[in-house]
Amino acid sequence: MPQIFHHSTNSLSKFSVFGALFLAVGGLWFLLEVNRSSYVTRAHEARPQPVPFSHAHHVGGLGVDCRYCHTSVDKAAYAGIPPTQTCMNCHSQIWSQSPTLEPVRASYKTDKSIEWTKVHDLPDFVYFNHSAHVNKGVGCSTCHGRVDKMPLVWQEKSLQMEWCLDCHRHPQRYVRPKTEVFNIAWEPPADQEEKGRDLVKEYNIHPRTTCSTCHR
Amino acid sequence: MSAEPGVPVVRVDLSGVRRRLDGTQGRTFWKSLEELAETPGFLEFLHREFPEQASEFDDPAGRREFLRVMGASLALAGLTACTKQPTETIVPYVKAPENVIPGRPLFFATAVTEGGYAKGVLVESHMGRPTKIEGNPDHPASLGATDAVTQAAILGLYDPDRSKTLTSYGEIRSWTTFVDTLRAALGPQRISKGAGLRILTETVTSPTLAQQIKDLLADYPEARWHQYEPAARDNARAGGILAFGEAVEARYSFANADVVLSLDADFLGTGPGAVRYIRDFASRRKITSERPEMNRLYVVESSISVTGASADHRLPVRPSQVEGFARAVAAGLALAVEGGTADHADLVAALVKDLKRTDGRSVVVAGDAQPPAVHALAHAMNEKLGAVGKTVAYTAPVEAESVDRLASLKALVADMLAAKVQVLVVLGGNPVFTAPADFGIAYAMEKVALRVHLGLYDDETAERCHWHIPEAHSLETWSDARAFDGTVTVMQPLIAPLYGGKSAHEVVAAFRADRSGHDVVKDYWRAHLGGVDTERTWQRVLHDGVVAGTSFPEKNVTVKLGEWARVAPPPPAKGVEVVLRPDPSIGDGRYANNGWLQELPKPLTKLTWDNAVLMSPAMAKALGIVTTTNYDGRLENGGKRISTGTISDVVKVKVESRTIEGPAWVVPGHPEGVVTVHLGFGRTRAGRVGNGVGFNAYALRASTALWSATGVEVTKSGATHLVACTQDHWSMEGRNLMRAASLEEFEKNPEIVHEGGEEPPAELSMYPRHKYEGHAWGMSIDLNSCVGCNACVTACQSENNIPVVGRDQVGRGREMQWIRVDRYYEGPPEAPETYHQPVLCMHCENAPCEVVCPVAATVHSDEGLNEMVYNRCVGTRYCSNNCPYKVRRFNFYLYQDWETPSLKLMRNPDVTVRSRGVMEKCTYCVQRINEKRIDSKNEGREIKDGEIKTACQQACPAEAIIFGDVNDPESRVSKLKATPRNYGLLAELNTRPRTSYLASVKNYNPEIRRG
Repeated sequence: MPQIFHHSTNSLSKFSVFGALFLAVGGLWFLLEVNRSSYVTRAHEARPQPVPFSHAHHVGGLGVDCRYCHTSVDKAAYAGIPPTQTCMNCHSQIWSQSPTLEPVRASYKTDKSIEWTKVHDLPDFVYFNHSAHVNKGVGCSTCHGRVDKMPLVWQEKSLQMEWCLDCHRHPQRYVRPKTEVFNIAWEPPADQEEKGRDLVKEYNIHPRTTCSTCHR
Repeated sequence: MSAEPGVPVVRVDLSGVRRRLDGTQGRTFWKSLEELAETPGFLEFLHREFPEQASEFDDPAGRREFLRVMGASLALAGLTACTKQPTETIVPYVKAPENVIPGRPLFFATAVTEGGYAKGVLVESHMGRPTKIEGNPDHPASLGATDAVTQAAILGLYDPDRSKTLTSYGEIRSWTTFVDTLRAALGPQRISKGAGLRILTETVTSPTLAQQIKDLLADYPEARWHQYEPAARDNARAGGILAFGEAVEARYSFANADVVLSLDADFLGTGPGAVRYIRDFASRRKITSERPEMNRLYVVESSISVTGASADHRLPVRPSQVEGFARAVAAGLALAVEGGTADHADLVAALVKDLKRTDGRSVVVAGDAQPPAVHALAHAMNEKLGAVGKTVAYTAPVEAESVDRLASLKALVADMLAAKVQVLVVLGGNPVFTAPADFGIAYAMEKVALRVHLGLYDDETAERCHWHIPEAHSLETWSDARAFDGTVTVMQPLIAPLYGGKSAHEVVAAFRADRSGHDVVKDYWRAHLGGVDTERTWQRVLHDGVVAGTSFPEKNVTVKLGEWARVAPPPPAKGVEVVLRPDPSIGDGRYANNGWLQELPKPLTKLTWDNAVLMSPAMAKALGIVTTTNYDGRLENGGKRISTGTISDVVKVKVESRTIEGPAWVVPGHPEGVVTVHLGFGRTRAGRVGNGVGFNAYALRASTALWSATGVEVTKSGATHLVACTQDHWSMEGRNLMRAASLEEFEKNPEIVHEGGEEPPAELSMYPRHKYEGHAWGMSIDLNSCVGCNACVTACQSENNIPVVGRDQVGRGREMQWIRVDRYYEGPPEAPETYHQPVLCMHCENAPCEVVCPVAATVHSDEGLNEMVYNRCVGTRYCSNNCPYKVRRFNFYLYQDWETPSLKLMRNPDVTVRSRGVMEKCTYCVQRINEKRIDSKNEGREIKDGEIKTACQQACPAEAIIFGDVNDPESRVSKLKATPRNYGLLAELNTRPRTSYLASVKNYNPEIRRG
């Protein structure tokens, strides 16, 4: 009886067996990478806002402190988005006729809030607390990046759990002196690991990694 | 009702019960007669995590069909995981209010009223949304605790069924149209000096409202103000007049009482001072082996109550026998009282001796349902015992205008029938539903030309009125009210009226000129507060939640033993008697539309979503009552397969010409020859939740027999009714779940509670031991303090966004409450001892649930919390299958209401709202732990002992629940766990539970023979 399969089938079957494995692993890797990509996380995507508020101008240019607007960042879970009143503190005097600022004036007049687009949007089952971080030497720019260089704010980091856990497991890599928390231009020194270790000790930092720290 | 052939129907055989009880040695605790009789169905049920029917998918499509369809959709569903999050918006304030920090709740002091009396509360507000009610530690009726009803007031506020519009003959009208109509109708009244004007209110303690009504009556001198309350304390008032010649309010200090005698008084369960009384009473039951002294409670009662369940000696009698007993005790105390019963002579003699022994540190309390003579007798006995000033004090009546409320309503009905009334303004209450059946109030009201109703709901009374005005909720209004001791709370609103409701103050003010409730209340207090800086004082009063120094001073009164002491009561009636009481959960019916309260298992019967005709086991046997508990989900009812709950025979209860029909329910310890029915059910216009639930017991209630009636006929109607009862749900298998001892035994051997239980060595586990270097959270629950009031259950429901599942789902064993209060009986079914045991997640150190979760959705924290990670849970339910305590709850359906806008406002923003297919359970209020942890870290300090309070602990009136760090030997919880009464539930399984219990101790009088 002649052979049914050509002998090249041998190589073909070997190739397909290993190829399938390779394809499966590769496919999984691909999916994970897609999930981490900014396509899913929407990192580095400048988001349009009802008023094109520029952090680059206000923080980078004018040097307004973070806490002028985000008043509760060191007191509560939420950093706080400023009320229209805060905008009007200045803009009732300067640029008071600017058409760009019309929604701000309208909000102030009609008592209707401006609806800002949420840029850093954690899932509803995640409970992040700003005050716990800001008071322990985690600077604004560590998570939010150089906001002073963003005309429209984008999300700098992935905000995925592995990113959170990286810092919770190795705080010494990220922590900075408390005096530098609101210094947006702060750069980690060359010996950050070493300095960070001292700070972790000094600030009594014990980052928790149990689930209920953030999920409840 | 018929069962499938061959399927064993579970019927309770009382002779089996008897055999089992006779055969046992030592103590046997049981939850239901089914358990006691060890029916095969119960045993099957016991071995399952959820009852069999709970897992059943019984849509018409069927499980197979469902799986087929789901298989295809699941295959496609994988793709949806790749979706991005939807874009959300942030809506900041335009002008931020002062003191509001987003994410930080504010607490405002105010009061929630029930029956006119204030219960002081602190309400948690998240950016203007009230979300949770806590007790006000500065308020005398609260001392920081609350009851279940007060906890549930938050759901009452956001109830989507509240009336939302002002209507006239069903048409929507404006407030100004109403005011115009009212003033037009008042024109002729001005001429007749108000001869045809009547105001009907509930009990009023509000000084401002009373002043407003009095001012109104000055304008219309012939007009009348009537008050009515279905559960009014008229008998107590009449008893005071009988004894002292004037109406008084009796105020008790149970903290000072060594011996308490309750004459049908449910002072721990009902009444304006109940929360405070539980605190005081329980403070005398927290015994240690060093200080083994506790109070002793005797209860003589004609029904069942949480007070009776807490008694050391309880005597169930007929309602008509209580007075005879009271007279016998009074005679024993050498008072010139006649007509005492000769029954129970031994008990009376021992009781009298015990009362006298304490030198005035004893007290006799008469129940609201007892006739005035019993109250007068109690006053006389207290005076004789020297208790006045020690355990009881008398003050002026707390009501603004003390009247006999039944007589007041009777006069109004007579005037209406005589066509003397042209304008009737009903301010709150639902008299058409709650008035005695013989008054025919609905008919009488037809004769009134203009009827106006102010109420939270478009209810039965609103239906009979021309105008209906939506009332503003307690949490939406400016008002004031007095507590049981007279202390005033000025109530401030937490939120603007959601549906434009008006308060009684605003409606009464509208008779003259439109004024806001704020102005009315503030003007009154500006005139009455005094002080140099009135505005400052006003702010202080609002901040504190009490007006200092408004508690009523004690009055000196002396009992005059009049004719009433010598007249013997009518001999106890023959035949069956019926007892009528407000429902322990929904009260007189005003909370019928509150899902939390409807689903709250009643303290003793554990019934939900129903009332029933309660009776003793012997009576049920005589009537041939069959209750068939459907443990296996294979019963049929009228050809239709049902898989829920318990089916009970319906009985007809007939008093004179009045009848009701309801399911019979057997209650161990219920007095013989008596049936109890609870009021408040059978509403027709309560709302979507309360309509048609249960039967209307007001139909039995006559003005001559408000609380009990004699000459009752009880017959089986032939029908059956499906009841959702939770008494056997989550039953645990094993020995020594409940531990109790008598004080005598405990004094002799404090280790007695550990006998029969064993705690295996910690090394026994296969898994490495957890190390707890920082905090280690634990809880201690004192079973001797717990009275089973259910405040913890509702507090937990409110704090943790726990959904309501409905009667059908409860019947399937799918109720979601994270904490349950197990009620155990011990002894013969006719007169058992009753115990309560709150059971929540034990947070085991060797947790059986953790090791079986395939997706690590339930894990152990470094502080010993057994954590539940909702976003990981895939719903295998292995964890609950492996939990010996059965404290895990599964979202079989999408129970949470994700649609109704008002309910979204109510939720606690710090707790995830769970979805379908997710397991959940007690978290030890981890959101509260985290909040305090972050606060303490931000402030650079350690968490203080007692700083973190779980929701159940904070609500508990008895302070039975203590939470804290077991790693700190100085913490309160560590010290409690070191006492000899401490034991772990099912500790023999080596689960090492973090929640432990302090055994119950009963203080029996050695002179009284038990059993």
